[in-house]
Amino acid sequence: MAIKNNILSQEEYEHNFSDIHPPFERLSSALVEANRCLFCYDAPCTNACPTSIDVPQFIKQIVSRNEKGSAKTIFDSNIFGAGCSRVCPVEKLCEGACVFNLLDEPPIPIAKLQRYSTEKAIAGKWDLYLRKKSIGKKVAIVGAGPAGLSCAHGLSLEGIDVTIFEKNPRGGGLMTYGVAAYKVTPEFCQDEIDWITSIGGIEIKYNSMLGRDFTLESLKTNYDAIFLAIGVGVTRELDIPGEELEGVVDAINFIHGIRSMKYSEIQIGDKVAVIGMGMTAIDAATQSKRLGAKEVNLIYRRTEKEKPCTDAELELARLDGCNIIWLASPAEIIGENGKVTGIKCNKLSLVEPDSSGRAAPKLTGETFTLSADMIIKATGQLPFSDLLEIEKIEHSKGKINTFDNQKTNLSGVFAGGDCVNGGEEVVNAVQDGKIGALSILKYLCC
Amino acid sequence: MTNIENNFLGIKSPNPFWLASAPPTDKKINVTRAFEAGWGGVVWKTLGDQVKNVSSRYAALNHDGQRMVGLNNIELISDRPLEINLKEIKEIIREWPDRAVIASLMANTDRKSWHELIKRVQDTGCHGFELNFGCPHGMTERGMGAVVGQDPEIAKMVVEWVMEVAQIPVITKLTPNVHSVVPTAKAVVEAGTNGLSLINTIQSLMGVDLDTLIPYPNVGGQTAFGGYCGPAVKPIALKMLTTIGQNEMMKNIPVSGIGGISTWKDAVEFMLMGAGNVQVCTAVMKHGFKIINDLCGGLNNWMDEKGFATLEDFRGLSLNKVTHWEALDLNYHIVARIDQDKCIHCGLCYISCEDAAHQSISITKGIPYNKYMIKENECVGCNLCKLVCPVEDCISMIEQRKGDEYLNWHEFVRRGLPLNDH
Repeated sequence: MAIKNNILSQEEYEHNFSDIHPPFERLSSALVEANRCLFCYDAPCTNACPTSIDVPQFIKQIVSRNEKGSAKTIFDSNIFGAGCSRVCPVEKLCEGACVFNLLDEPPIPIAKLQRYSTEKAIAGKWDLYLRKKSIGKKVAIVGAGPAGLSCAHGLSLEGIDVTIFEKNPRGGGLMTYGVAAYKVTPEFCQDEIDWITSIGGIEIKYNSMLGRDFTLESLKTNYDAIFLAIGVGVTRELDIPGEELEGVVDAINFIHGIRSMKYSEIQIGDKVAVIGMGMTAIDAATQSKRLGAKEVNLIYRRTEKEKPCTDAELELARLDGCNIIWLASPAEIIGENGKVTGIKCNKLSLVEPDSSGRAAPKLTGETFTLSADMIIKATGQLPFSDLLEIEKIEHSKGKINTFDNQKTNLSGVFAGGDCVNGGEEVVNAVQDGKIGALSILKYLCC
Repeated sequence: MTNIENNFLGIKSPNPFWLASAPPTDKKINVTRAFEAGWGGVVWKTLGDQVKNVSSRYAALNHDGQRMVGLNNIELISDRPLEINLKEIKEIIREWPDRAVIASLMANTDRKSWHELIKRVQDTGCHGFELNFGCPHGMTERGMGAVVGQDPEIAKMVVEWVMEVAQIPVITKLTPNVHSVVPTAKAVVEAGTNGLSLINTIQSLMGVDLDTLIPYPNVGGQTAFGGYCGPAVKPIALKMLTTIGQNEMMKNIPVSGIGGISTWKDAVEFMLMGAGNVQVCTAVMKHGFKIINDLCGGLNNWMDEKGFATLEDFRGLSLNKVTHWEALDLNYHIVARIDQDKCIHCGLCYISCEDAAHQSISITKGIPYNKYMIKENECVGCNLCKLVCPVEDCISMIEQRKGDEYLNWHEFVRRGLPLNDH
C-alpha cells in the first residue's frame, strides 16, 4: 500500500479520462432526438433552467438548420451554454422536467443537443455578438469563473470596459479547476473563455488575488463599479485526530492537481477513502479509480435518499467500482510513521430532520475501520469569511448578503456565484453574473 | 371468417392491394418479388412508345423528421423496349395465375396508335387495361397523359377508340390536375370505360436547394414540374373519389382508389368512400414490398372486429356521410375535455387555442408543470386542441347539444335565429 504516480499506461489514462457523454457524431443523430421535442409552450425544461434557456426554441432551430440561431438562443440566456451542457446536473434540471418523463419515456437529451449547437459556435468562432462602442465606464470583476465571466460579457456588450482579476493562471474557476476531467478538459474551458472574451472590452489579469495583490479600496478608486465573484475556498476541516497525516488531501486541491498536471504525474493511493457525497466527492472518487486506485470507499453520514449528488453521479461512481458506505462518519484517521494507514468511522442512524430539512444522523456507538492510504476530504468548501470581514462586506456564515439583484451592502459593489450562494451549480453562477451585469448597468445609468 | 379476395371488373386477386403503375412494376424482377411478398396485383408501368428518361428524377417533402411525407417525380413512362415488357408480362401471367396483371397504356392521341398498342398488349393475356390520362409531366408536352385527362372531349374520344378494340376490362386513370374530376369521369364513362382509377399525381414543384438556388430535383442545374404523391395527397384523393361515388350517373362504376395509401387504414378509408380496391406506390418506394403483410393483416383484423365478411360488405358505407355544409346540424355541439391524469403539461393545447383558436383554455402556473383546463362556456368544439395534443385520448370532445332537434343553416335562417351564441 502506497501513494504513487504513473500507475497506468498512457492509453489507459486516455481511455479513463475520455469524454463521458460523447457528443452527437453527426447532424442525423442530433435530428433524431431534436425531432422528438414537442415544442412545449411555457416549457417545463425552460422553467427548470436557472438561466431560463428557451430549450424548445433552440431545438427547433437545430431542426430548421438555423444553427447560428440555435447557438444564439442558448447563449442569450447562458453565455456558458457550452460548458453547462457538459457539467449541469440535467436530470434534476431541464431533462428532469421534460414532459416525456410523465409518459415514462426518456426525456429529450437537452444537454447533448445544447452541446451540439454551442460547440459548433465555439469551434467555428462564430461572432454572434457585437459589442457596443466603449462608453468610457470601467468595471472591475474579481474572479474569472462562470459568474465573473458571465457578468463581464453582459457588461462589455453594452460598451463597458471590464477588467477581471483572477488569482489562478487560468480562467474558468471551478469549471477549469474543479470538475472531473472526463466532463470538461482545461483546453475546452480555455476555448470557451476565449470565445466569450472575443467580443472585446474584457481584460483578464491573471495571478492577481484580492487581499494579497490588491484591495477592494484600490478597485473602488479606479473603477465605476465592482462585481465580486470570488467563489469559495478549501474544503472544511474534519476536526478529527490524524487529519495532519501524510495522505490526507483536500478534494478541491486533488482535482485542481488533475486539471493542472499530467495524469501520470498525479499521486494516488492504493486504497482511497473519500469523505462526502456531493458532486465534488463523486468527481474525486471516480477520478481516483480512473487514476489507478485499487479500492475507493465513499463515506457519507446519511442515506441514499438524502445524498446531495444526483442519481446519475452516484451511478457513475458505482459503475467505476467505488464502494458506497452510507450512515458513517469519520472518527479518526489512523497512521503509522506519519502516513495514513486507515480510517476509523462511526456507524450512524437517522433521526428527526435537522435544520437543513434532511434526517439528522446520530451516533450508534458502533465503529468500524477501513484500511486506507489516502483520505480525500470532500465535505463542502469553506467561504472566504476572513477576507469579507477585512473588506467589511456583510455576509451570513461567509456567504455574501445580496439584495435587489446582486447588490451588496457596499455602494457600487455587487456579488454573485458561489461566494453568495455557498456553492451551487455553474448554471446558478452564470445567472448571478447575468443579473449582476444588468444591475450594474442600471447602477451606472447605462 | 373474413375474406379479402377482390373482384374488380371480374379481375380477381387474393387481396385488394394492387401496385400502381410506377417504378415498382416496371419489370419482371420487381413484379416477381412483389408477388412473392403477397401483393394481389400489379398495374404494369405505362407502356407506349419507348422514351428516354433523365437522371435525377425524384424529390421528397420531409416534415419534422418524417421523410417522404410527399414525393414527386419527373420520370416518364416505361423506358424499356415494348417487346421486352410484353414478353415479361406474358411470363408473369403464366407464373402467377392467381394474381391480377393490368397493363397501363399511353399512346399518341390518334386512333391508329391506340389501336395498335391495345392489340399488341392484349396478346399478352393481361387481365385489363388502365389508360394513363394523368401523367402531369413530360408526356403532356407531347400531347399525352394529363392533357388528355384535362379535356373531357379528348378523353372521351380516346376511350371510344380504345373500346373499339379492347376485349378486356378498361380502367381510365384520372388526373387530379383539374378543378373537378367529374366532367372527365362522366365523359369517359359515356365513352364506355368499364372502370375508373384515381388519382394520378398532382403537378408540383418540390422545393429549392438553398445553397445552389436550384429547385429539386436538380437535373444539371434545372428542374421541371413533377407529379406529387405520397401520404400528403391522400385527403385530396379521397375527396375526388367521393365526388365520383356520390354522382348519380357514376355511382355504380367500379373505382380503383389511388393516392397516398400507406397503411391498411388508408385502404379501408378509400373503400368506405367507394373504392373497389386500391393501388399503392409511394409507400413501397419507401419501405419495399414487405408492407403488404400489414396491409392484409390489418384489413383482416379490422373486418373481423367489425363483422364484415367480404370487401363488398363495407364498400361505400361512408359515402352518404359527406354532405353539403348547409345540411350540417347546427345544434350539434362538442366541448373539449382534458383528462388531467393523462396530461403531460406540454401546453400545446393552450397555446394553439390561445393564439389560433378561441382562447378557451385556462392556464394555472406551476413549478415546473402548469395546469391547463377547458373553459367550457368559451369552447366552440373546433378540435384543434385535441389535434395538437401528443397524448392518446388525453383530450376528448364531449357532445353537449345546443338543442334536441336537427337544425341546419337553411332552417336557422328561416326561423331568424340569433347568430351570436358565443
